[in-house]
Amino acid sequence: MSIDREIEMFLAFAWMLGHIIVLIVGVLLGVAYLTYAERKVLGAMQRRQGPMTVGPWGLLQPIADGVKLFSKETIIPSQANKIVFLLAPVILFALALVAWAVIPVDKDWVLANINVGILYLFAISSLGVYGIIMAGWASNSRYAFLGGLRSASQMVSYEVSMGLIIVCVILCTGSLNLQEIVLAPRPIWMQIWLFPMFIVFLISILAECNRAPFDLPEGESEITGGFMVEYSAMTFALFFLGEYANMILMSAMATTLFLGGWLPPFGMWFLDFVPGIVWFGLKTCAILFFFLWARATLPRFRYDQLMRLGWKIFLPLTLLWVVGTAGLLLAFDALP
Amino acid sequence: MILAAVFYLFAFILLLSGFLVITARNPVHSVLFLILAFFNAAGLFVLLGAEFIAMILVIVYVGAVAVLFLFVVMMLDIDFAHLRKGAMQYVPLGLLVGVILLTELVISVSAWQFNSLSQQNLAVPEIGLNAATNTQALGAVLYTQYVYAFQLAGLILLVAMIGAIVLTHRVRPGVRKQSIESQNARRPEEAMEILKVQSGAGIS
Repeated sequence: MSIDREIEMFLAFAWMLGHIIVLIVGVLLGVAYLTYAERKVLGAMQRRQGPMTVGPWGLLQPIADGVKLFSKETIIPSQANKIVFLLAPVILFALALVAWAVIPVDKDWVLANINVGILYLFAISSLGVYGIIMAGWASNSRYAFLGGLRSASQMVSYEVSMGLIIVCVILCTGSLNLQEIVLAPRPIWMQIWLFPMFIVFLISILAECNRAPFDLPEGESEITGGFMVEYSAMTFALFFLGEYANMILMSAMATTLFLGGWLPPFGMWFLDFVPGIVWFGLKTCAILFFFLWARATLPRFRYDQLMRLGWKIFLPLTLLWVVGTAGLLLAFDALP
Repeated sequence: MILAAVFYLFAFILLLSGFLVITARNPVHSVLFLILAFFNAAGLFVLLGAEFIAMILVIVYVGAVAVLFLFVVMMLDIDFAHLRKGAMQYVPLGLLVGVILLTELVISVSAWQFNSLSQQNLAVPEIGLNAATNTQALGAVLYTQYVYAFQLAGLILLVAMIGAIVLTHRVRPGVRKQSIESQNARRPEEAMEILKVQSGAGIS
């Protein structure tokens, strides 16, 4: 191998590494300011101020929170299974970051443009349950265990309908590559036909992220803090970061699948001069606002109601929609 | 060179975690090692260029099957040390089954390896599929040439699913479950009665 080729390889590697660092820092900053936005939005909806004192408009509050959590003592229960106990938050957080490798943030800004991007995303998001179930088991506490069990059955249930919704979108776009899904032509009838699935997808990602009104795994009123009762300091912070990073990830996924990713909204070609990453960010923020809005306005579901919604309403509906989508595409000869 | 190193890394962790699945004392640890083994198998598939199969392996086995395993094993309260006591007497039987399986595997693989026809098929299973992506190639074979076998597999799975539901679905008496239909069908007239109560008289 010549020396030129080695330098070339090194440069490619450095470029990749730079990409990864920029992406991770971006996601972490997003997580930090998502917690800030959540408190501000909740405050506004409940006619309060939200964080106000640290920095101008309380903008430094997330950083202060981070420093506080960092300087606290990590407590590991003596009866806990130590390795699994410490592994659980790490797994949850790492999975939330790893999935960003395939998300197309801009026209030619995607870390790994793989052929099975959407399957990769689905696989990674279905693994998130392990962090929670391991935390629940390793804590060796009744509350944590109940929280872990609740979370496991909830996430497995809603994954089924999420998978079927993804199948609908794939049928319409004809590719598993996320960049091609964004760029696939979508006539207006297809958008209207997919709109109900977008709503179901939004509700499913609420359940998948264990967010209100489906936050039963945490359920303060019944099982104190659910799977994370025993966690403190940095281990707790990792759970927190992982949960919010997952929210951003799911919003990005919904953006890519339904809202046209980094393209300008409603096919407004004269807005093409705005960088795609701006559109991508704005659309993701809109869905994140929906998360916060739902938390501020809806009471928590009861567990049997949650299961009924998942298995008896969403599953038949999405299954019907898959058959309907395939039939429509075949009948109108619109198969991609 | 890097590819070979990655292959040996995946293969080593796969074999090690596979071994730990059967030797770990705690059944939950066994399941966690099983998940690690699945993961490394998926990594090997990616190295082979079979990305679709790798992802399906992770989604189906790690994302669904192993979750249920973990779920069940976590909730079981079994003293495995007690169960293990008599296990040594079954070792000869287990070894016998293992040896028979290994011999059969060796025979079938070597028969396949030395067959010139299968060697030709190995490189290009179908003409023209070389250029297509994984998913397209699989779909093109699965839904044309093997469509009946595919449908049959689907039917078998359907029967298994119906069987599982029939076995577990039973009407239990004495359970006060919410009936959403009857609750929605209730009208104010039948549910409540408005009385005019005289002050100091009370309701009889």
